[in-house]
Amino acid sequence: MTVTKEAPPAPVTAELKLRKPSTRKRLVPYWLLLPGILWLLVFFALPLVYQASTSVQTGSLEKGFEVTWHFQTYWDALTDYYPQFIRSLLYAGTATILCLLLGYPLAYLIAFKAGRWRNVVLVLVIAPFFTSFLIRTLAWKTILADGGAVVDVLNTLHVLDVTSWLGWTESNRVLATPLAVVCGLTYNFLPFMILPLYTSLERIDGRLHEAAGDLYATPATTFRKVTFPLSMPGVVSGTLLTFIPASGDYVNAELLGSTDTKMVGSVIQTQFLRVLDYPTAAALSFILMAVVLIMVTVYIRRSGTEDLV
Amino acid sequence: MPVLRWIRRNLIVIAGLLTLAYMILPNVVVMVFSFNKPNGRFNYSWQRFSLDAWKDPCGVADMCGSLSLSLQIAVWATVGATVLGTMISFALVRYRFRARGAINSLIFLPMAMPEVVMAASLLTLFLNMGAQLGFWTILIAHIMFCLSFVVTAVKARVMSMDPRLEEAARDLYAGPVQTFLRVTLPIAAPGIAAGALLAFALSFDDFIITNFNAGSTVTFPMFVWGSAQRGTPVQINVIGTAMFIIAVMVVVVGQLIANRRKNSAR
Repeated sequence: MTVTKEAPPAPVTAELKLRKPSTRKRLVPYWLLLPGILWLLVFFALPLVYQASTSVQTGSLEKGFEVTWHFQTYWDALTDYYPQFIRSLLYAGTATILCLLLGYPLAYLIAFKAGRWRNVVLVLVIAPFFTSFLIRTLAWKTILADGGAVVDVLNTLHVLDVTSWLGWTESNRVLATPLAVVCGLTYNFLPFMILPLYTSLERIDGRLHEAAGDLYATPATTFRKVTFPLSMPGVVSGTLLTFIPASGDYVNAELLGSTDTKMVGSVIQTQFLRVLDYPTAAALSFILMAVVLIMVTVYIRRSGTEDLV
Repeated sequence: MPVLRWIRRNLIVIAGLLTLAYMILPNVVVMVFSFNKPNGRFNYSWQRFSLDAWKDPCGVADMCGSLSLSLQIAVWATVGATVLGTMISFALVRYRFRARGAINSLIFLPMAMPEVVMAASLLTLFLNMGAQLGFWTILIAHIMFCLSFVVTAVKARVMSMDPRLEEAARDLYAGPVQTFLRVTLPIAAPGIAAGALLAFALSFDDFIITNFNAGSTVTFPMFVWGSAQRGTPVQINVIGTAMFIIAVMVVVVGQLIANRRKNSAR
């Protein structure tokens, strides 16, 4: 018996019902896409391919590099620099959680409580974007300076004793410690948390809060059962927009930290621009990319929100 | 205790305002220290009041040159990214075609990647091509990473647009060009403006990607970075303060225009 494969029925799509446009018209979207997509392919995708090839090359700057499929570089990079990797993820993770804790009340305030002050507060959140972030990060050097007001207050309140015991600060110092770096990271990426949170909170119908109240929900219950779940898209995109750039950042670690707080971005930068060890730098940056993409994918799956873009 | 009850009732407002203070604090410090007269090369501790830096904002070697370079790059990057990004957004929203999913992820990926990865990989490309690092490589890089943000901003606006408005224009015998210029573009304008503003801010402020691909060219963020090691001139705080004030003004004026439009549309 021969099994004849039946041709699957042609799918009836919406497009078929429309009258068929001319060939010239059908090409319109491709012409619109061509320049931009070409740009991304040549200057974003192709470089990643080049980097992948660089990471398995051996050689030196004088003799030139050659592809030798030397995967050992990856292993060496990991064993040499795993402290910086772990530190980067730890700092970025802590900064993300702090951003969420600090940003949520402000986003909530703008969305529901600000009233006619709403635009003023929004401007104050957005405007720092336009002042060079390096200048603002340098300002933290002044704020956290040894013997400055902030350090004095923390000292008087014995906060620094606790944080020093935890290893976040060194005795009587905040600058050049993990606390300073996390403080800088949190500060720099807060707007990236607040804006998506605000957008998703603003979409919530205020009547839902009233309804919850009518059903005898306390404000805390209303928040837990209604507001927070509905703001999940904002929470997800906010944490991603904070965590991803923070994990690769080296500005805060360099300006506010010390050699003990170096993050993986610093290592990549040094290897690439000073040591000129391209294979190691490429391998490190590939590992960082892979780790971040895997974490992001798992996180998006877990949180169940697909509509990010 | 009534005080405690008041605090409990307004907990969210208090926490929000504290966060706002945390966000504004560095800007205040930048502003205050622009009136400082430091003793040494570093402007990190308050010495005494002086208007010197404000009287002579370009008195530091190379600073205003780097500033004008950054402005030029930001303008061209904004133009490039906005044109390319707007075209992509229209194609994605208005047409159904193959490879839409792939193109969507190609646009999403640059935003989902640490900057240092993009910066390093672009540098390997330029090194392999033997490209001369400088103005053009910076511009290419900036258009590349601003593009995704423009697409996201414009797409949001175009998606909420009613296509029937364009059909109506066509029914009224408007040609395709006329329809686009008189109907489509004005409606999409706020989204395009938002995308352009975002691109400008991102390009002007970018440090990591520029640092990798600039060669010996110095943009303003790179000048600030270098000054952190060599000694920060007070003029940097003047520029920072001026940028903050200009930004606030731009946003406020934009809001006023938007409000007036809304009122006149009613």
